[in-house]
Parts: sequence; structure tokens; C-alpha cells
Amino acid sequence: MTAAAASGPSAILPGRGGIGGALSDAFWRNPKLLLFLMLTPPLLWLGVIYLGSLFALLMQSFFSIDEFSGVIVREFTLKTYGELLRPSNLDIIIRTVTMAALVTLAAAVIAFPIAYFAARYAKGRWKAVFYLGVMLPLWSSYLVKIYAWKLILAKEGILNWLFAKLHLTFLLDGWLALPVVGGNSLSVSPTGTFLVFVYVWLPFMILPVQAALERVPSNLMEASADLGASPGQTFRNVLLPLALPGVIAGSIFTFSLTLGDYIIPQIIGTSHRFIGMAVYAHQGTAGNIPLAAAFTVVPVAIMGVYLWLAKRAGAFDAL
Amino acid sequence: MRSDRQNRTPMGLKIAAAAGLAFLHLPLLLIFVYAFTTEDKSYQFPPPGLTLKWFAVTWNRPDVWDALTLSVKVASISTVVALVLGTLCAAAISQTRFFGREAISLLVILPIALPGIITGISLRSAFNLAEIPFSFWTIVLGHATFCVVVVYNNAVARFRRMSGSLIEASMDLGADGFQTFRHVILPNIGTALLAGGMLAFALSFDEVIVTTFTAGQQATLPIWMLEELVRPRQRPVTNVVAMVVVLVTFLPILAAYYLTRDGDQISGQGK
Repeated sequence: MTAAAASGPSAILPGRGGIGGALSDAFWRNPKLLLFLMLTPPLLWLGVIYLGSLFALLMQSFFSIDEFSGVIVREFTLKTYGELLRPSNLDIIIRTVTMAALVTLAAAVIAFPIAYFAARYAKGRWKAVFYLGVMLPLWSSYLVKIYAWKLILAKEGILNWLFAKLHLTFLLDGWLALPVVGGNSLSVSPTGTFLVFVYVWLPFMILPVQAALERVPSNLMEASADLGASPGQTFRNVLLPLALPGVIAGSIFTFSLTLGDYIIPQIIGTSHRFIGMAVYAHQGTAGNIPLAAAFTVVPVAIMGVYLWLAKRAGAFDAL
Repeated sequence: MRSDRQNRTPMGLKIAAAAGLAFLHLPLLLIFVYAFTTEDKSYQFPPPGLTLKWFAVTWNRPDVWDALTLSVKVASISTVVALVLGTLCAAAISQTRFFGREAISLLVILPIALPGIITGISLRSAFNLAEIPFSFWTIVLGHATFCVVVVYNNAVARFRRMSGSLIEASMDLGADGFQTFRHVILPNIGTALLAGGMLAFALSFDEVIVTTFTAGQQATLPIWMLEELVRPRQRPVTNVVAMVVVLVTFLPILAAYYLTRDGDQISGQGK
């Protein structure tokens, strides 16, 4: 010990030389300075440009448009929000929220078996297959996915061909003749819109549900079975409550994405508008930015409430 | 025996899972069939005949090439911006604790959590208010904003597993900040950044909703596809482009998967 102290270099090194060294020393002594420098560029970009734009948009929703001249009146008013309550606009909001809820429900039902199988039964190579099997559709092009469904749902397309081959065309025609869900053909019916929405957002539901299910210890299920529960009871009373945060986390994506989408209903669906299409139409040719801005506040408000409820249900731990 | 239970997969579950995966993949496979069809007026199935001629036709289309070039340029620059901003943010969030930390992580996620149309229209009206004309850079601005989150997510996960004592050790041993970054931090987070960068590229390359608001008259590849979807004019060319896009996006996803798969072996994680 004494030898080391006598012969070795001192325990405290001299300061580093040069500008780089001086900077390193300064950062080491003042971690807050480094933190400040690290956070400045991203905060300038996201905090100033992005949040600034969002607030500018929000502000415009409190302006109104002069109905005769079409000029935007830059005075605070709630008139534009009042316009949202007109029957035609209220229809749009209700239609969109209903669609988002149905899509979320369907995505949860289809996603659950995939997620459950991947989380509990898939091992080794199959695990990788399932992971990539969800990731590839998730990341492949959004427009290509819609295009694929345009091909599938077309009158001369594969689905009609399949129904004809199986001599089940009457089923399809019967469904299309129904009032709310039907239409002239699948590609111009709400059913078509619904199918494409479910398809495009399904991977966003599978991943969080799988993450939640992977955290359920398998001996809980065994204990439940040992104590005499039927598989159905185990599912209802053990598995489902534990998986629910994952389902809610997934529903945040499916719900929010459906609320804001304007391309899918424009390409596959009826002429009835969704919120996104209304926003697009009002800001574009109509030039009614205030009403468009007020319309965008609707999904934000709905998602705000939804996120608050989800947080209370503990869904963020499953993300 | 009850203990066998967990190894026996219920038949119904197997079928439901397989059907779900088929539902996810069959539509994409259909694209491959249509790229070879001889039919050019409708979406007829089954295809009346198969041909390769549409590949040559597409290859000689300048508008497709222009759109592709613009998309690649925008995606590259957005990815670089996202890499810088995302890594800085991830480093700050994961290595330190400070007031407002939660707010910043929320801010990063916001552009992707809010519907794209809101990001798009707010950027557009901000450009209008500031009288910025649409250009290449307005597209990049929009794209980089939502690409930050994928880089951030990948980097923050890796930073969390990397022990902070590694950095302290490096500094104690006399390395300066740059050397520590170059020799200690970068090797540990490199693959995560590469994976995040690839995902950011894929995200930007495919983006259409924000782009419709920030592009003006310029056409990226997704905008070109959207035009064709709304008003089909050249179905065979669209079929070929769609197939190529599927193939091209699969590559970075596979690569990103293999890069992050072995991410468990990070030095200093056993702290």
C-alpha cells in the first residue's frame, strides 16, 4: 500500500489537455450543461416547430369563416365548434367513432389467438416465424396493402371469384343487399372499408397483446385448471384480466389510427365521409381552415380521454 | 397428466392463429400474382395469362424513376436527422433523471401517436402562416418529425441495458468525451442505431398522409401510388411498382430484425 502510494502515479490524474479535454472535464463536472446541450436540438425541432404548428392549428379553430366572402375572420369565437354539432357533421363524427370501435373489437378478436399462440406455444424457430410474420405486414407499405385489398374486393377480383366457385354468391349478394353495411359491390361498401381497416391495423394490436401475454406466468393457468376451472373459466377469470392492459394498449393504436385515416375510406368505401376526409376537404378546396382545425380537435379530444382511461387501466406498462 | 398441458396446443387455437397469419399474408402474396398478369384493363382474377413485359414497361417510365429518387432522397435525409435527434434524446432521457423527463418522452411519441392528418395539416398551416413555399425541405421536415420516435425507441432500449458505470470507467481511465463516445458508447448502441435508422427509412419511404400536406406539387413514390389508387390509369405499372415496394421494404425489416435479435449480449448489462 505504501509502495503503491510512493511509486505509482497519483490517484488524481491531471486535467485533460486541449479543447476537447477541457470540454470533457467541464461536462463531467456539470452534467446539467451536457444535458442541456443534448436536449436543445431535439427540443428545438419537436418542441418549437412541431408543437408550435399544433398550437397554431388549435388557435385557428377559434377563428371563423365569413360565410359570404369566404375570408377567415381572426377573432376569438366558438362559432366554428358550434358548426361541428350540425347534424351532417355530427353524423361524420358518429360514423367515424363507430367504425373505430368496431375495427378495434374485430382486431382484438383476431389478434388474440395469434398473440396467445406466439407468446405461449411458439418456441425457437416458430417464435421467429411468428415475430416476422407480424412485423413484415406491419412494416410493409400502407398503400400497397390498400392496393392489395382493392384487387381482392374488385368486382372481377379474387373474392367474388372464390364465392362463385363455391356457389355461395347468393350469400355475398344477400350481405350487400343489407341496408347499413351493404352497397353496390364490396369495394364501395362500409363492409369493405371495415375489412381494410382491420387488415391494416391488425399488427398494431397483436404486438402489445403478445407482450402482455408473455408476462402471464404459465403456472397461473395450471393452478386455475388444478383448482377445477374449465378452460373457458380460466380464460375469462385468469387470462383475460391479465391480458387486458395489452388489449387496451393495442386498442389505442387501432382506435387512433382509424379516427385519423382519410385514405382508406376514400379508396374503398361509400361517399359518406369520415373525420379525416372532412378535414382534408375543408382545408383543401373549401379553404375553411377553422372548421378543418376544429374537426382535428375531435380525434385529439377523444384520444385524450381514451389515453387517460387507458393509463388508469395500466395499459402503458404493456407498451 | 396435468403437467403435459402446456406442451399440448389446443387444435382450435392452432387453427385460429394460422388463419390470422394467413389473413395477414395472403393479400400481400396476391400482389405478386398481379404483377405478371396480361390483363391491363381490369383487376380480373384469375389472370388470363402471365407475362414479364410490364417489368420492362415500368423500367422505362421516367415518372416512376423521378418519384423513386425523390422518395429515397427524402428518406435518407430524414433518417440522418432522426438519428441525430433521436440518439441525443435517448441519451439524455436514459442516462439522467431531471424534471420534465416524462414530458419529453411524451413529446417524442406525440407525432406518431396523433393521427397523421393532424401533423400534416398543422405543418401545412404553419408553412402557410410563415409563408414558406413547399419544397424538398418541407417534406423532410415533416418526415423527420415522426421518424425521431423509432430511432429514440431503439436507442433508449439499448441505453437502458448499458451500464452507466462503463462510461464512468472510460472517463476515469483518461478517455475524453469524444473517445468515450467513439470507443465505448458507439459499439454498444451501434446495432440499435442501425436498426432504428432502417426502420426510420422504411417509415419515411412509405409515408403518405403527412406528405400529401407538405409536398405541394412534388410526387414521392407513395404520392404516385395514391394517384393511381384514386384514378387508376396504368394498372400493370402500378402492379409492378407495388410488388417492388413490398420486396424493398422486406429487406430492411429482416436486417433490422437480425441486428436487434442478439441485442441481449450487451456489455455491462449485468449490473
